Amino acid sequence: MAAPDFAILNVQLPNKLSDLAGQVVYLDFWASWCKPCRQSFPWMNQMQQKYAAQGLQIIAINLDSESSLAKDFLDKVPAQIPIIYDPEGNIASEYQLIGMPSSYLIDKTGKIRFSHKGFFTRTEHLYEQELVLLLNE
Amino acid sequence: MLKKAQIILAFLISTLLVGCANLGVQPWERDLLAKEEMALDSEGIDLGLDDHIYFSKEATSGGRGFAGGGCGCN
Repeated sequence: MAAPDFAILNVQLPNKLSDLAGQVVYLDFWASWCKPCRQSFPWMNQMQQKYAAQGLQIIAINLDSESSLAKDFLDKVPAQIPIIYDPEGNIASEYQLIGMPSSYLIDKTGKIRFSHKGFFTRTEHLYEQELVLLLNE
Repeated sequence: MLKKAQIILAFLISTLLVGCANLGVQPWERDLLAKEEMALDSEGIDLGLDDHIYFSKEATSGGRGFAGGGCGCN
């Protein structure tokens, strides 16, 4: 399934998702009030560092309606990945999230290949295997 | 008269259909519900106490469960 395209407002990134074709993109939808979202940040930071050279781009999409709460969260949980703010939930509606956090792994041709509801530290190694699989295509 | 009834019936059915258009809060819209002041009770201990009393009083029929208590009466 082709990943729904959306405009990106972040200086570290191109203007829209489809401009990232040729890279593997990991989209993570999170919010400050979502406890398991907290656990995914250290892993995402680590993965971005490890695989950036091989063409991985992790993007964290924040769904807080109050951006101040997202800022407080990021003060406590450092993120070394680009954040996009979607306070209206427009991107979330496109992707029809079923739960929080939700992640979508998009291959180099722009197709959604894997998606996960929730984030479990015990299955981190499986998420990483999926990343590597798509990076090696 | 019959036509009027048909119109009213059609109207009522259409309102029913619209009722399912919005199935409530989306997963990413739970921020307000997650706020502390939205909890059913601000004191966790209060909730625990209420629950304990409820459970004790209902113990003969299995408390919050459904099987009987320890007396063998159900």
